[in-house]
Amino acid sequence: MSTPLLQTKDLQLAFGAVVVADHIDFTLTEGERLAVIGQNGAGKTTFINICTGLIHPQAGQVFFEGHDVTALSPRAIALRGMVRSFQLPQLFTEHTVRDCVRIAAAGKRGGLGLWTPLDKAVPAAEVDHVLEMVGLASRGDEMSGALPEGQRKLLDIAMALVLKPRLLILDEPTSGVSTDEKHGLMKTIMAALDAEKVTAIFVEHDVDIVSQYATRVAAWIAGRIAADGTPQQVLLDPEVRKNVIGE
Amino acid sequence: MSKPKIVVIILTLLALLLPLALPWLKTPLILGTAFGIAALGISILIISGQISFGHALFVCVGGYAVAFTVRKWTHMDSALLLVVGTAVGAVIGAIVGSFVVRYRGIFFGMLNLALSMVLFAVLGKFFNVTGGTDGLRLERSPFFGFNMERDAFETVLLITCVVLALLLGWLVQRYLRSVAGQALSAIKTNETRLEYVGISAYQALLIGYIISAALGGLSGALFAIAQGLVTPEMGYWVRSGEIVFVAILGGVGHPVGAFIGAGIFEFVKLFAAAYLTGAWQMVLGFVLIAMVFLAPRGISALLEDKKHKEGA
Amino acid sequence: MPQDLYILAILDGLSYAALLFLVALGMTLVFGVMNIVNMAHGSFYALGGYMAATLGLWATSQGLSPAWSLLILPLAAVIIGVVFGGLMETSLMQRIYSKDPILQLLVTFSAFMIFEDFQRLVWGTQPYFVSDIVNYLGTTEVLGITYTRYQLMLLPGVALAVFIALRSFLKFSSVGRQIIAVSHNREVSTALGINVKRISLFTFMVGSMLGALAGALASPTVSWVPGIGGEMIVLSFAVVATAGLGQIEGALVAAILIGLARSFAVYLMPEVEVLVPYLIMVLVLLFRPQGLFSVAQARRV
Repeated sequence: MSTPLLQTKDLQLAFGAVVVADHIDFTLTEGERLAVIGQNGAGKTTFINICTGLIHPQAGQVFFEGHDVTALSPRAIALRGMVRSFQLPQLFTEHTVRDCVRIAAAGKRGGLGLWTPLDKAVPAAEVDHVLEMVGLASRGDEMSGALPEGQRKLLDIAMALVLKPRLLILDEPTSGVSTDEKHGLMKTIMAALDAEKVTAIFVEHDVDIVSQYATRVAAWIAGRIAADGTPQQVLLDPEVRKNVIGE
Repeated sequence: MSKPKIVVIILTLLALLLPLALPWLKTPLILGTAFGIAALGISILIISGQISFGHALFVCVGGYAVAFTVRKWTHMDSALLLVVGTAVGAVIGAIVGSFVVRYRGIFFGMLNLALSMVLFAVLGKFFNVTGGTDGLRLERSPFFGFNMERDAFETVLLITCVVLALLLGWLVQRYLRSVAGQALSAIKTNETRLEYVGISAYQALLIGYIISAALGGLSGALFAIAQGLVTPEMGYWVRSGEIVFVAILGGVGHPVGAFIGAGIFEFVKLFAAAYLTGAWQMVLGFVLIAMVFLAPRGISALLEDKKHKEGA
Repeated sequence: MPQDLYILAILDGLSYAALLFLVALGMTLVFGVMNIVNMAHGSFYALGGYMAATLGLWATSQGLSPAWSLLILPLAAVIIGVVFGGLMETSLMQRIYSKDPILQLLVTFSAFMIFEDFQRLVWGTQPYFVSDIVNYLGTTEVLGITYTRYQLMLLPGVALAVFIALRSFLKFSSVGRQIIAVSHNREVSTALGINVKRISLFTFMVGSMLGALAGALASPTVSWVPGIGGEMIVLSFAVVATAGLGQIEGALVAAILIGLARSFAVYLMPEVEVLVPYLIMVLVLLFRPQGLFSVAQARRV
């Protein structure tokens, strides 16, 4: 069996009496579309933050492509190919849409050049391609801070995609987006991920979205993974229905 | 031709031609341009969202470096002295910056302020080495190999200043449009995201800090050579405040802003000395307050056409 | 170091600390409530001193006993605080609340510049030294050292009294508790029905008054010249940065720390005397940037 793309071993983290990561053992293989579900405070965001280097566990390890990345900074992890997008879109609000993507693309190319202008330092084809995938090509010269919410989310994701990640972690990609826009948004994202052959984890609250776009679901309850399997399996699991979906 | 370019040409012509009619303007123009170079340096930090009220540290360091060098190597060319001032500014900038750029907001501002006041106090107290509060005098050195009388020296110095201003304005603009410069400006709006796309905010800010320190050092060297005197006062916190003042007044959106701001500053100083019983600080204070409400991005921002504004 | 000098240094330090504390208190109070560092705070110190000197000279010309200074000094502070503090808050501070922090600092710096010239226009550049009250209160002997009662008792006494009064005011009075609420969370306070605008104005006037009081109290002891405001503000920064922005009790301790450190330097190593407050500031900012007494995390990466 080939090396899993992402693997955690016995992750532990507690804030006082609150356990947010309860001995988490987890494996993700390439090509999966994993949905992470769970109530607020169950530990989903903590899990992502540990994997992407924002916080460090008190015990346990995170392996990406077989390498131990537990102690690395968010920057180092992003450069290795595990990239995340954000629930609240994190943009360079005083830059244009195109420049936001260019800056993101520049990071991976290595080195902070002092001479070549940004638009020449990054291949235009790459930038345009990503913008087209998320449907923002026509808005390239607009200020990112002025975009409507749905477009902001798309730009946030575009900035992650242009890094050519092996694994993209999307934190609540459809939150803050109106119900009728949610599916359009997810279809766009999934199409882009398929085109670039990117493995994905997405944190979601919307059960419809989960059942339609995920190949696998992991449900978090009180810091541990309570259920892990196909959408049908997990979404019909009684514990999950009681503690996560709330029925 | 874009409006900022027109203003650049106008300012250059004024700086070079006015002294032909009014020779006494040479010194204020030299000092004004030198001041503008320091403001150009601080505008780099302002673009990153950080404000330093201690930048006069580098102006002071550059000036004293020149003064000490001239004492040791009395016939070093003025042109070389300018290089010395710039280099020392850059080196001190690298050393100080290496730890200072980890701080943000008011802490960054206060730490820079504190360091500049430490230098100010040291220079004032250690009389034997630094000349104390009277400072150090420097003899006029040859310029580009030629020994000159005061008048010719000032002319050459003025032309050098103008050329430097044009060159540095262009170079800084180039830098700000580069990956490093764009990363620097991204720190202001979303430093976290910058890290998450694989760029080190520390590196980006440190590069900006060193460049701004080098410009401060050059500015100090120009002051030293122009006035033949360096004093601890060059590093006093109010001087740092004035550098920031000038940069904001002129606007950080375009390098010409630093020189517009410096020009207004020097002009009001001269004008007030002659007509307003010297109350230049009051006039400038009101000017800036008015500007904050009427043109918050500075005077050079008024030159941008709408399309440019959106492209930032 | 001989015992005499030890005692002298301590008393010197405490007296100086009293002034530092009053100035820093004003600045830290304003920052706590309005989240703005007022670069013109030192100007209130200067104006307080000038006003006190002017009133003092007038009192002497009227043949009044120097004892009246005990009334005149706080009066000068109140006048400056209400008039100039009130003017600055309503015309300026109120309007910059929502602006970029860099612009906020620049606006207060501009106010500083305006005040500098204002002082020069009104009082000129000659030194003012109205020290009658110091002479009037006379001297006293402490363990064999002669000390002026003014510096020994009045200054620390007033500082302590102000500290206790302010703390009580903030804890027990309605307005005081509103001030604390606003300093914790402006939006929530508005939602709770607190008139944040009025609280801000009041706090700013009190902060300016404190700065002016320090100046008024200091003016009989030292020659009052242009530039004294600019000097005081960086020392004030040193105290506030050492204590932590918004820390009132901490400001007292930090002022004593810096006051004593400086006065001991004067007696032990005079060359570093001017350096000491800034060195302490640098060290605190490097190793505990949020200040010695702050609980909050400083913005550091």
